[in-house]
Amino acid sequence: MKRKSIYWIYWILALCGLLLATSLFSLCTGSVGIPLKKILEVIFTGKGTTEYSIIFNVRLPRIILGFAIGGALALSGVILQGMFRNPLVEPYTLGISGGAALGVCLNIIFRLYQTFTVSTLPLFGFLGALLVILLVYFLSIKKGILKITELLLTGVMISFISSSLIMLIMAVSRAEDLHGIIFWIMGSLEEPNLILIKLALLISTIGLIISYLFWKDLNAFLLGEEEALHLGINTERTKRLLFILSSFLTGCSVSVAGIIGFVGLVVPHFIRMFVGTDHRILLISAFLSGASFLIFCDTLARIIISPLELPVGVVTGILGGSIFIYVLSKKQIILGGK
Amino acid sequence: MLKVENLTCGYDLKFNLSDINFNVNKGEIVGIIGPNGSGKTTLLKAITKVIKPKKGRILLYDKDIQEIEIKDLAKKVAVISQYSEIGYITVEEFVLLGRIPHYKKFQFLETKHDMEIVKKCMILTDIFKLKDRFMGEISSGERQTVLIARALAQEPELLLLDEPTTHLDITHQIRILDLIKRLNKELNLTVIMVLHDLNLASEYCERLILINEGKIHSIGTPEEVLKYQIIEEVYKTIVVVEKNPISLKPFVLVVTEEARKRSN
Repeated sequence: MKRKSIYWIYWILALCGLLLATSLFSLCTGSVGIPLKKILEVIFTGKGTTEYSIIFNVRLPRIILGFAIGGALALSGVILQGMFRNPLVEPYTLGISGGAALGVCLNIIFRLYQTFTVSTLPLFGFLGALLVILLVYFLSIKKGILKITELLLTGVMISFISSSLIMLIMAVSRAEDLHGIIFWIMGSLEEPNLILIKLALLISTIGLIISYLFWKDLNAFLLGEEEALHLGINTERTKRLLFILSSFLTGCSVSVAGIIGFVGLVVPHFIRMFVGTDHRILLISAFLSGASFLIFCDTLARIIISPLELPVGVVTGILGGSIFIYVLSKKQIILGGK
Repeated sequence: MLKVENLTCGYDLKFNLSDINFNVNKGEIVGIIGPNGSGKTTLLKAITKVIKPKKGRILLYDKDIQEIEIKDLAKKVAVISQYSEIGYITVEEFVLLGRIPHYKKFQFLETKHDMEIVKKCMILTDIFKLKDRFMGEISSGERQTVLIARALAQEPELLLLDEPTTHLDITHQIRILDLIKRLNKELNLTVIMVLHDLNLASEYCERLILINEGKIHSIGTPEEVLKYQIIEEVYKTIVVVEKNPISLKPFVLVVTEEARKRSN
């Protein structure tokens, strides 16, 4: 018993170390390289220099946003995979990203961001996401029972519908709008609005704390919905609250950073191979590694074709997918069955 | 300890149960038998509050289960249904899941007491040596035993099993049912199990409830229920009922079409 908690503590410390290392790497690298040794000096005494402004105005906000979004997406992935007992479910499976993208597309083609401000873009994204969440939620309730399979199917269908609508919009939109839409859909951690960054950080941290109220429920769900009920879990309430929590986290992330795929799918999977299925350690581990992974990918996205930037979703996809396949082939995996 | 009164329940179209009445006494092993689709599993689901009764009630120690909190119910009633795959979980962690109903509201780590019970349950079911193996690595017979250990970790007074011997060879069928019998004796555990195999039901259960088309057809000792007239009527199959020479329990033998023609 003691042995397990000590192991958990070491594991969390290691992940925090990894997070710190990635953040430092991200602070140092970029079109203007700042040596690691100089970082502290710049932070404490370099006020007014270019390096100081690069660190605090450019790189640090991105790191914080990467932490918030990466953590939130990975956390949401763990919750959904646990609830659906399906390792292929990810935050975007439920159509939330599609809804957000549609909201943003509409905003762009109607030039609402010109009439109002650019900050209406995330707002529209969030409204789109919220609309989809409500739609999926109410379509999946049959006779007061939230059907998990219907939730999944409705989500996938709504996802298809919204991506088709987006294609339709793209097909008829003007060239300059098209660029905006594509840019947004590909996802980026570039966010000039500091308030949004703080908000994202706040929401994902609160999400992490709330998810811990459900560790027992998530562990019981490992056995299946009915078995969870047999273990004294109020499954109906749990399903609803967890769906709302994870889709809210996803909706917020998507509306701030666009569609950054793969973090919510690969990170939970990957971490489960190392720490097992106990959600007490899984939730925090996924959050921390999702954060590190996204910060790392974003740094790569900034430097690979510097001074231009790659969309971070491209990096998460290629890197995440390849690492995952590599680990899968190296590690003897026990997925059950013979 | 368990009393089912005038129970009517079910889904919209199929597997409906009507007018079910029976009692289960403390320390009994009761078998539920019946053809496919007769409503055996539905009955188990009603007892565990998965489906609500449309009429009638189910009393556990004279208290309507609809009024018992599911968490409190889980401390008294444990259910073993079919195992479904979970990756990356060790046997010990799996058994520990059975302690979930006993955790306090904001309890984060399991206590020493919880671990002692888990250990005790693993020793009792003879799976302690498997404790660090993954659920995916062990055989299906061992897995079934682990499910029993997990249910025992709930410290239940009533154990419900849904076809605990399906997909097992006779070695494991007997091993599982012997274990259940032993737990019944040692812990005075009341057991209700759905069984497909009439002969296993006859050997291990003190009383049998035969369900047909959503109603109780007959109820009583294996000798009273497993008569060839009853079996032929309910299962629509020709059978011969003999006595097991060692246990003296009824034994149901099937008669194939070919054999029937030959004997005519």
